[in-house]
Amino acid sequence: MTSSAQPLVEFREVRKSYETTEAVAGVSLTIAPGEFVALVGASGSGKSTLLKTVNRLVDPSGGTVLFEGEPVESLPLAALRRRIGYVFQSIGLFPHMTVGENIAIGPRLVGERLPEGRIARLLELVELDPAMAVRLPDELSGGQRQRVGVARALANDPHLLLMDEPFGALDPITRDALGERVRALHADLGLTTVMVTHDMAEALLLADRVLVMDGGSIVADENPQALLHGAGGTIAQDLVAVPRAQADRLAERAR
Amino acid sequence: MSEIGTALLGLGDKLAAHVLLSAAAIALGIAVALPLAIWASRSPAVARATLGFASLVQTIPALALLALFFPILLSLRAVFGEGLPTLGFLPALLALSLYALLPILRNAVTAQANLDPGILEAADGVGMNFWQRLRLVEAPLAAPYVMAGIRTAAVWTIGAATLSTTIGQPSLGDPIFAGLQTQNWVLVLAGCIASAGLALVADALLGTIEKGLAARRRRLSLAGLVAVLLGIVAALAVQFGNRAEDRVVIGAKGFSEQYILARLIGQQLETAGYTVDYRNGLGSAVAHQAVANGAIDVLVDYTGTIWTNQMERRDTPDRDTMLAEIEEWETRTTGTHVLGRLGFENAYGLAMPRARAEAGGFAAIGDLAARGQGMTIGGDPEFFERPEWIAVRDAYGLRFAAQRNFSPTFMYNALQSGEADVIGAYTSDGRIAADDLVFLDDPEGAFPNYDAIILLSPETGADPDIVAALQPLVGAIDVEAMRAANLSVDRDNDKLSFAEAARQLAARIGL
Repeated sequence: MTSSAQPLVEFREVRKSYETTEAVAGVSLTIAPGEFVALVGASGSGKSTLLKTVNRLVDPSGGTVLFEGEPVESLPLAALRRRIGYVFQSIGLFPHMTVGENIAIGPRLVGERLPEGRIARLLELVELDPAMAVRLPDELSGGQRQRVGVARALANDPHLLLMDEPFGALDPITRDALGERVRALHADLGLTTVMVTHDMAEALLLADRVLVMDGGSIVADENPQALLHGAGGTIAQDLVAVPRAQADRLAERAR
Repeated sequence: MSEIGTALLGLGDKLAAHVLLSAAAIALGIAVALPLAIWASRSPAVARATLGFASLVQTIPALALLALFFPILLSLRAVFGEGLPTLGFLPALLALSLYALLPILRNAVTAQANLDPGILEAADGVGMNFWQRLRLVEAPLAAPYVMAGIRTAAVWTIGAATLSTTIGQPSLGDPIFAGLQTQNWVLVLAGCIASAGLALVADALLGTIEKGLAARRRRLSLAGLVAVLLGIVAALAVQFGNRAEDRVVIGAKGFSEQYILARLIGQQLETAGYTVDYRNGLGSAVAHQAVANGAIDVLVDYTGTIWTNQMERRDTPDRDTMLAEIEEWETRTTGTHVLGRLGFENAYGLAMPRARAEAGGFAAIGDLAARGQGMTIGGDPEFFERPEWIAVRDAYGLRFAAQRNFSPTFMYNALQSGEADVIGAYTSDGRIAADDLVFLDDPEGAFPNYDAIILLSPETGADPDIVAALQPLVGAIDVEAMRAANLSVDRDNDKLSFAEAARQLAARIGL
């Protein structure tokens, strides 16, 4: 853990309750600049809700979220969101805009025109042909669309990238390739990344730090090595056991 | 067929008025529906309330909705002053806009509700504010559906606009109502073809815009839009291009005699160098109101109608006293100028076929009270609501097995076919002699006098040239001349046009 620098994101006693359920039950933690954090848990564990309190797609019922030292509710909503890249499972490309227009939408909102060279560069970053800029989203495959989604999230040069089940709807090969690509971009662009996933294998392979959520609380906060060596408690270990057992069975078969 | 062609060619200005009215109503409908839809998309309660209201409006028959705006606007004069028009374009516009509201609103609300939530989340996620999200994402994605709603609204509005004739707004309903009145099916058909054709064209053009929006082919949408705008501009050019400043507007209620007399007055004024325009098919109360506030300049009205409906008098004095009191009352309350009597009377009376009256021994209205309980009485749509009928009914204690409303033309057919046994007929009607009908005596004098009189709006009454041009008509038309003219347009074969009947009438009375 880095303690020298100011945390990029800090959760202080963050709670979110809906009518009958408590989605997030008092979470406090800090995320340092440059970390790649995976937020893992079963459906309904509160991981997505917690993630969305950062860019205020969800407003907490209690507690505070600080981004770069400032409480997020004190920042103008649109300005806050333009400083944070957001990638999510249903991608949400605007179907009436070309790929290029989708990527350039963030700067356009503040009256800036993203140069074509920059759009081409962003497409290259996500390993797409720059010629695709003139296509409409309908003409792309699912994997290509999510690559555009990532490029759009990066267009404003954000310091923080939030990803909510970003690869959930993709086929395994695309998923693996795009995961690797995002990991590389994280390093190359000096990003801080928080990724929500229900797939522990993905978390262990991509992240520096794995947070396990259950019933609205963080029940484990470990690095992948520690988790693979049995740390983090039963809930975390139950999640780690699944890919490990799969790997063992595959190894068995291969023999 | 060539008759229909000729009739269609004569509808240019009606078509232009129809296009402008419909376009304005749809535009107003859009202007109201879209903000409401945006509001409704943010609040389910607003969505329920607005859609509920629009659906409720839709259940009101279009004709009733148009009629309702007359009293509404009349009462609004307390707020906006006497200059507020109660007839013609404004009430037609308001009623049709309300009518256009539902399809636009419903499609817009549905389109918003069905937007992909992932796309809206992305819009928020990239940092759009309310207006950016609306303008950049929601509006373009909802546009094809909204356009489909506008298309539906356009077809409805163009159809319903034909009814605006009844509140004094020229439209393609003019030939339909005039033709219906006189069983001139060529006119009816011409009006129907024109309005249906207009609806089809509008539907096709708006459909082109919709298709362009859905396929994101901007040029296709623009082409459709340009075509629509060209149509509206052409209508504006027709409407205002040939508009003379000193145009005299002549009103006519919805029956043949009124149409003929309006033409007679029009021809008289044209001879004197005026340009004239007609407002056809006005209801009785509407017509009187219209001449009083200058929406029309000239109207032939009947003393008994004003006496009972406008003055709300129930006594029946002799005709000279009545006319003098009406003149005094009009001058005092409305400023309308009474030019004088035309010479004939068009009273209401109860009429039966001569053969049946003689066979049943019906000579006076009292005989109906004694032996008419099993009979059916027919009347025009106004008849049973009119105070004269109520006065007659009560004076003689009339009770019938059934009462039925017919349009004036069909009323005489009903009498022939036995669907009615006795009708509230008009004494100047040409069909009295043609169908061999007799009027039952009214010894109690319960029906008031119905001398036809020329009314001039306050402004027109002060114009000595118009007064001079119309003066020759005063006292010039006896009831035989009027009956002959009425018959010439009402008979089944060899019908004359109103204008031709008016020319023959003029010749007969030596003008």
